[in-house]
Amino acid sequence: MAEEILKIEDLAVNVGEIEILHGVNLTVGRGETHVLMGPNGAGKTTLGYALMGNPKYEITRGKVTFMGQDLLEMSVEERAKTGLFLSFQTPIEVPGISLSNFVRNALDRKTGEKTRLWKFRKELEKELAVLDMDPAYADRDLNVGFSGGEKKKAEILQMLMLKPELCILDETDSGLDIDAVRTVSKGVQEYHETVGGAMIIITHSTKILEALHVDYTHVLVDGKIVKTGDRSLVDEINENGFEKYLK
Amino acid sequence: MKQKTQVDDVNRSLYDFRYGYDEEHYYKVDEGLTAEIVETISKEKNDPEWMREFRLKSLELYKKATVPDWGPSLDGLDLDHIVTYVRPKTKMTANWDEVPAEIKETFEKLGIPQAERESLAGVGAQYDSELVYHNIREEVAAQGVIYTDLESALHGPYAEMIQKHFMKLLPPTDHKFMALHGAVWSGGSFVYVPPGVKVEIPLQSYFRLNAPGAGQFEHTLIIVDEGADLHFIEGCSAPKYNIANLHAGAVELYVGKNARLRYSTIENWSKNMYNLNSKRALVEEGGKMEFVSGSFGSHVSYLYPMAILKGNGARLDYTGITFAGEGQELDTGMKVAHIGENTTSVVSAKSISKSGGKSVFRSSVTVGENAKNAKSTVDCASLMLDDESRSDTIPVMDIRNSNADVGHEAKIGRISDDAIFYLMSRGMSEEDARAMIVSGFADNVSKELPLEYAVEMNNLIRLEMVGSIG
Repeated sequence: MAEEILKIEDLAVNVGEIEILHGVNLTVGRGETHVLMGPNGAGKTTLGYALMGNPKYEITRGKVTFMGQDLLEMSVEERAKTGLFLSFQTPIEVPGISLSNFVRNALDRKTGEKTRLWKFRKELEKELAVLDMDPAYADRDLNVGFSGGEKKKAEILQMLMLKPELCILDETDSGLDIDAVRTVSKGVQEYHETVGGAMIIITHSTKILEALHVDYTHVLVDGKIVKTGDRSLVDEINENGFEKYLK
Repeated sequence: MKQKTQVDDVNRSLYDFRYGYDEEHYYKVDEGLTAEIVETISKEKNDPEWMREFRLKSLELYKKATVPDWGPSLDGLDLDHIVTYVRPKTKMTANWDEVPAEIKETFEKLGIPQAERESLAGVGAQYDSELVYHNIREEVAAQGVIYTDLESALHGPYAEMIQKHFMKLLPPTDHKFMALHGAVWSGGSFVYVPPGVKVEIPLQSYFRLNAPGAGQFEHTLIIVDEGADLHFIEGCSAPKYNIANLHAGAVELYVGKNARLRYSTIENWSKNMYNLNSKRALVEEGGKMEFVSGSFGSHVSYLYPMAILKGNGARLDYTGITFAGEGQELDTGMKVAHIGENTTSVVSAKSISKSGGKSVFRSSVTVGENAKNAKSTVDCASLMLDDESRSDTIPVMDIRNSNADVGHEAKIGRISDDAIFYLMSRGMSEEDARAMIVSGFADNVSKELPLEYAVEMNNLIRLEMVGSIG
């Protein structure tokens, strides 16, 4: 196994009074691709939010180590700066700041130095092209008036530019047409090859995985990981659904 | 896990100056403003006779008029001793050492040079800006543009033009503080742009208002003649400190046939100020009036720029933002009167309230009987940053013909936790995330401002939100 970058031990998470995750264990090595599947309401998104540090998700038990540090002690911004990235299921519209300025701002914060404008623009244009995005999107306000597909692509664009150590892709493929899924998959592939970062891909469909190498597949049911396997588990679930894992 | 932090207000009290309230430094005239005092002002200013009479008539109106009772409280104004506002005997130029450290710090954070800081704090007299001002005057004078102080213009070749326009749009009968203004006005600008002249650089009153004693009852008179074009900018983002806490200026704007006037204001009076400024524009056929307005300072504001769209095809564009923080009650808005046919008004107003601040936006749209095909769109949005702050929208419409198209829309919102979390997940601190959202909200105004002012305004918002810049 590759060097461990994320280790989740017995993680329990509450939303309000209700416990959603009942003790999750998961370890991710550098550069590995993990797929997280599970029926609706199993707690997949909760896991992503809890790891990123959404204040609405309360950690009641467990330990998470990320890049050798105690993740649960870190603020949201520290988690981001340490290399954790969450691709949101519904990215937020932020008027008044362009996609380009936003990414540059985030990059400056992560690296602690001013990004050279020329080099930045070049790289941004290159990644926009990878994602089949009109270069004009760079100067549009962040996610404002973007279609569902463009919003998801903008998330992958940020992921490519920020080069995180670990990305959690929360249903980045849901609601996209077949071409957009392919494009997003291409972006994910590009991230895997050029950045070499690890991923936890939360998905219901296998389309996004077609061209990707998958190291591990986990099945999350009712707040617990009930089965871990390799890529073949994806195909098995694709065929038979989750029925045999439900109590 | 790190808890959410509550973003504290910047210590606003830093603007709330209290200068030595030493009885001996004031005339002891408890009954208020007298004809003698107004006569003395008139004499000191070397007024022409008609102006002397005008002042005295205004004084009579002032005595009869009542204080408005429909807006924020004006109890903090010592109107029984109004004379102390008019004639403070203390020197306007206080000692720099006496200026509180906090306000000096604010200047520093805003990157204002030492010389300017002293001037803005009401300490230094004239500085380099006098030179800049003269240079600008020379440059525009080459185009035939008159840009001067109103007092000396009263004795120049434009005296007649001034007499014809002075306080005709904003007569002393308008309200109590206009009557007061008529009696004691002092300082201000006169601008005349001849037919067809397009002024390339924005003119800035900033250079004028820094003159000692100006900036309290100043009068601005701008006449843009047929087919001419001007951008005039009033104020700057530095906290404007005045030793008296009443500001009752008047701005009268005449926009000729097919002319365009843009009047931009970024106002940041110190937080003890009662800002009762009045602005009104008269727009002739095919003319265009544009108000761009950012209100950040003062304790209480009553501020409702108005445009009278007299000529056919005249147009008003109003873009404004108000930011009310702790202890502030900013009552702002706009008024438009559609008189001519095919007149248009487009209003986009934003307001932000924080830490118990209160902002009210009043809009008044009147469409006259002859204003066929008049179009008016009023769009208000407010953002409340916490539960203790308040924001209200009060629209009034008076439509007197059936061909008008009038619309009003108001939205009230809060910063969503989801938006904060989203921005933080990309490495922003919570304060920065909030500041970014608020700056974005104010974007309609900053987009309309010249770059250096847009930067100033964004710095100001950051300062209000985070307490630091950069």
